[in-house]
This record gives sequence, structure tokens and C-alpha cells, in this order.
Amino acid sequence: MKGRLQKVEIIVLLKQVPATESFVEIADDGVSIKTDRVNWVINPYDEFAIEEAIQIKEAHGGSVTVISVGPEKASEAIRTALAMGADKGVLINDPAAEKCDCLGIARILSEALRNVPFDLIIAGQRAVDDDNFQVGPAVAEFLSIPHISMVIKEEIADGKIRCHKVVEGGTVILEAPLPALFTTQRGLNEPRYASLPGIMKAKRKPLDIKTLADIGLDAAKAGKPKTKIVSMKFPPERKDGRIIEGESAQAKAAELVRALSEEAKVI
Amino acid sequence: MSQGVLAIAEQSDGVFRKVTYEALSEGKRIADSLGCDLTALVLGTSENISKELAKYGADKILVAETRALYEYTTDAYTNVVADIVSKEKPVVIISGASTQGRDLSARLAARLNAPLAMDCIALRVENDNLIATRSMYGGKILADVALDGKPQIAAIRPNSMNITESAGAGSIEKLDVDVGKTELQFIEKKLDTGRVELTEADVVVSGGRGMGGSDFSVIEELADLLDGAVGASRAAVDEGWRSASDQVGQTGKVVSPNLYIACGISGAIQHFAGMSSSGIIVAINKDPEAPVFSKADYGIVGDLFELVPLITEEIKKLK
Ligand SMILES: Cc1cc2nc3c(=O)[nH]c(=O)nc-3n(C[C@H](O)[C@H](O)[C@H](O)COP(=O)(O)OP(=O)(O)OC[C@H]3O[C@@H](n4cnc5c(N)ncnc54)[C@H](O)[C@@H]3O)c2cc1C
Ligand SMILES: Nc1ncnc2c1ncn2[C@@H]1O[C@H](COP(=O)(O)O)[C@@H](O)[C@H]1O
Repeated sequence: MKGRLQKVEIIVLLKQVPATESFVEIADDGVSIKTDRVNWVINPYDEFAIEEAIQIKEAHGGSVTVISVGPEKASEAIRTALAMGADKGVLINDPAAEKCDCLGIARILSEALRNVPFDLIIAGQRAVDDDNFQVGPAVAEFLSIPHISMVIKEEIADGKIRCHKVVEGGTVILEAPLPALFTTQRGLNEPRYASLPGIMKAKRKPLDIKTLADIGLDAAKAGKPKTKIVSMKFPPERKDGRIIEGESAQAKAAELVRALSEEAKVI
Repeated sequence: MSQGVLAIAEQSDGVFRKVTYEALSEGKRIADSLGCDLTALVLGTSENISKELAKYGADKILVAETRALYEYTTDAYTNVVADIVSKEKPVVIISGASTQGRDLSARLAARLNAPLAMDCIALRVENDNLIATRSMYGGKILADVALDGKPQIAAIRPNSMNITESAGAGSIEKLDVDVGKTELQFIEKKLDTGRVELTEADVVVSGGRGMGGSDFSVIEELADLLDGAVGASRAAVDEGWRSASDQVGQTGKVVSPNLYIACGISGAIQHFAGMSSSGIIVAINKDPEAPVFSKADYGIVGDLFELVPLITEEIKKLK
């Protein structure tokens, strides 16, 4: 049975992260990175989330609210999402949030959403800075709603969402009643660029900046982090890398195979 | 008093994933450093196949064999595991950081309000607490993360930890489980059978834009010969030559094979994000300036269509 089109109120969880091309340097404290030369972008998986939310809104009606916990600078990322077509932005900016780990961030996001009506939350599968894969499922848990992760296709009908998710070696189809949360995987869509009229319109769209107190959260309650980075280092360099030389392609191939078998012992 | 380490086994259609053995082996090492027992938890499959886990150090094997857990769904699994955790009170929980393991551990950590380190490549114990080494910023940084609180959950990156056999008592305990309130409904599963799963393969041979088309037969042959998997760069996926599930990189899969062979791939930072923790990296590219060479252990400058078949022939001679 084809469901009646029903408006969908959508929340997108957005994190601003260093662009992958950024040169990453370890800061003097040894447990964070230097941010002065970093180019900040929307987490690529959250771009899929924004795009999907806009497409759902276009198909069903409703609205898209983008929410982020982060520094003031993260409002740029929210503006970009608004320029793509989201309707409203919320930035939770509070020094107490900076010390939070994933569970703390998820706690803040879920408190911020507790009194907001929504049918669907879309998050990235992971943020490409911490690569944690945690905040989406944790927000769903704190809000007591089901979640489906790594989604490449979804359909909404009759108050339910049916998602195709990727697993090792294939796909699984799952269904959840709304409200629900899902996390994105590449393949879901191709995010649009913000158009010039979109950018102009975004300037007039609401972007609320809130503190933890504004969302009724006691900074102390946001929680002492349970995970803490104690040191950072660069992965070991492949110092001994070498180009295999040889008179002919045949000779190079033979030398490579010899090296893989006798030196590296991987074949 | 330490209550032990719980390693969560992962099965698909009644067969354990390789990462199960890695989680048990690592669980055993952690249990030894903490001076406690290792318990394996098997969900959705039989006692018969579970016995095997004793070989990897399991002192006790809990088996929750119910049809409702045969296919993984987050809510049923989280409910059951959370119940077991409240009874067993493990101090450490180890799972694989497979698609399932990441999903379950994230939801479970929130349910238990417990610390979780995702995608760990090494674990150690300091003052009875776990320190996990994990990669961040797309593999550009390795961070040591200290966990604080109980239980401490570590999801380990597939193919990153050694499988070690050590005999455990392996006493089987069948559990009567109640999956509790669930909302997710499993509809169907479609698996492409045959080739080795990319994230579990010991050898990955990948092709990029340099493949020039959807004919990947030269690298498929090499991969088959080495019992490996075939990967692809995003360019090859965007061209429609390979399916998205073959993509290696920041927006694809993260792989850590013993041997990674990149053919016709330039070596963009986003590609490295998915394979930089591989054991040995080989690059085959006709452009001597390609960035991929700077991060490879062995590079060959030349045409992949000429070189790869020759390499395949040379390996056949070894076998
Ligand atoms: C947000 C974001 C996420 C991304 N995520 C990913 C990701 O997950 N994975 C990924 O791979 N990329 C990703 N990319 C894309 C990445 O930046 C590169 O564009 C991509 O990796 C290039 O693929 P390639 O090396 O196959 O192609 P190219 O860069 O075009 O390189 C092709 C190479 O093949 C060589 N070549 C050509 N013909 C031959 C031949 N006959 N024999 C030998 N060599 C030959 C050429 O010399 C060249 O070096 C991402 C980009 C962005 C912006
Ligand atoms: N500070 C944040 N503000 C809003 N959303 C976030 C934040 N951190 C993480 N998320 C969301 O959670 C996803 C997974 O992040 P992580 O668990 O950190 O890898 C991201 O893709 C975002 O959708």
C-alpha cells in the first residue's frame, strides 16, 4: 500500500571537521591537533544527511533543522547547510561542551531535541576527525528511538522508514517505526552544492545559538568524559619504501615477487 | 575484584566472522593482564559451533541460541547483551569493529553509560584500565585513548590483531533470553557470495582510474591467486566500473590487509585514509611522480596491464 504523503520533520546532526586535505599537526599539548592552518568543512557523511533530509522534505513536505555542538566557527557549516536548503539551524556553543567525549556530545544533542517535535533524525555514520561511529546510535538510545546505521537507501511510508543498509558483503533491509534515526553511508545520494540564491536565502534563515543552560542542561551533568586522549603520534613512516628497478617489465615483476616473498614475507 | 572480560562473537549465517577470533585472542591477552577469566558470548547460533571458541582461550561460552537473534538487529542485540552484562558484570567488553560490532557497541555504550573506544588497533592495560590505540583524522594520527568507568568497551578493527590459540576450559552455558521490547524489523538480507570480504582479506588488490574501464580481470586474477579481495578507488566507483561496496578510503571501507596492491591509483589522501594501516603497500603506476609511491613499501613504474599479469605469472611459479 502506497502511503499517503505526510509531512516529515527532520533533524540533521552536523559536525564541522577539518577537510581531509588539511595538513594535520599535533599541538603542543600532545593530545589535540593544531587548528590554525586547518580548512573546516561539513563532515562529508553529514553532507549526505543534509542532502537526504532535503530530498525527503521535497518529496513529503515538512522541514529540516540542522543542529551542531561546536565552536562559534561551526555556524559557517550550519549556514552552508541552510544554503543547501535546510530551514533552520541550531548551534550549541558552550565551553563546557568542548571537554565532552562522544557520549557527552550525544547527551547534549538529545537534551536539545527532547522538546522538539521530530519524525526523523539523520546523522553521519562517523565524523572523519575522530572516526568514532558513536554519536548517532547514542543519540537514538538517549531519546529511546530505534536507529539504523550505514544506510544507502530509504523509503518513508505509513509512519515507517524502510532502510537498505550495507553490511560486509551485501545489504540488509530493515524497517523502523517513526520517529527513528539513521546514519548515512556513501551511495545514499550526491550532495548538492549551495546555489547563489540559496546562499542569499540562507542569510535570512534562523540560526539560534544556545548554551547548555539554554537547553536546560547543567554543564556538570553533561558528564565527565569517560574516554580521554592521553597521547597522539604519527603512524610509523614507511621509511624503507623503494622503487623496483629492472631492465624490463618482466624483470621488475620478478624482483617484486621475490621481495614480497623473501623480504616482506607476505606471499 | 575483576569480574572478567567478555568477548562478543559475531556470526553470519551460523559462521563466525574472522574478527570473532581476533576479539577472543585479544580478550584473552587482556584477561591475562587483568588476571581474570575470558567469557565468550555467542548470539543467535548453536552450541555446536560455539565449542570451537574454547581454542582461543574462552573459559566460559555463553550461548543465546534463539531464532530472534539469528539476524542481527540493534535493539534485540542491545537488549540481550545489556541483560547479560548486568548479570556477568564484565570489566571489559571486546567486540569486532565490523559493521555490526560498531553498531552494537555504540548503542550498548550509551545504554550502559560506559566508555567505548572504536576501531582499536592495539589495546593494553595500565592500572587496571584499558588504553586503546586508534587511528583518527583518516589515519593521519594514532591516538592513545584512556577509558574510565565500567565496563570498558573496545571494538577492534578487523585484521589488526593477531589470532592466537590458547586452550580455555570452554564450559558452555545456554542462556534463556528474552529479546525484550524491539521496534526494528528485519526484512531481508542480500549477500554476494564468493569473494573474500574486503575488510577481512589478507590481501587486497585495488584498481583505480588507471584501469580505464570496468574490465578488472587482470587484478581479479591476481587477487584470486592470493585468496584476496578486489578493492577500488572512488574514481573507479564513480565511473561505474565497480560497486560502491568495493571502495576503499575515507568514504569507503577501511582495510588493513597484510598486503595491499594499488594499481592505477594516484594515492589521494582520501584513498590513504582507507588503507594506510596495511602491512605492506605496493603501488603500480605509470606516472613516476604519483603520490602513491611516497607511501608505498614497493613501487613499480609502468603500465599495470603489462605488469600485473607478469606479477601473477611470477607468483604462480612460487606456488
Ligand atoms: C570528501 C571526499 C571523499 C573521498 N573519498 C574517497 C575514498 O573513499 N576513496 C578514494 O579512493 N577516493 C576518495 N576521494 C577521491 C580522491 O580525492 C581521488 O579523487 C581519488 O582517490 C582518485 O582516484 P584514482 O587514484 O583512481 O584516480 P586518479 O587520481 O585519476 O589516478 C589514476 C592513476 O592511474 C595512473 N594510471 C593510468 N593509467 C595507468 C596504467 N595503464 N597503468 C598504471 N597506472 C596508470 C595514473 O598515472 C594516475 O596516477 C574522496 C574525495 C573527497 C573530496
Ligand atoms: N558535535 C557534534 N554536533 C552535532 N552532531 C555531531 C557532533 N559530533 C558528532 N555528530 C554527529 O554524529 C555523527 C557521528 O560522529 P562520531 O560519533 O563523532 O564519529 C556525525 O556524522 C554527526 O552527524
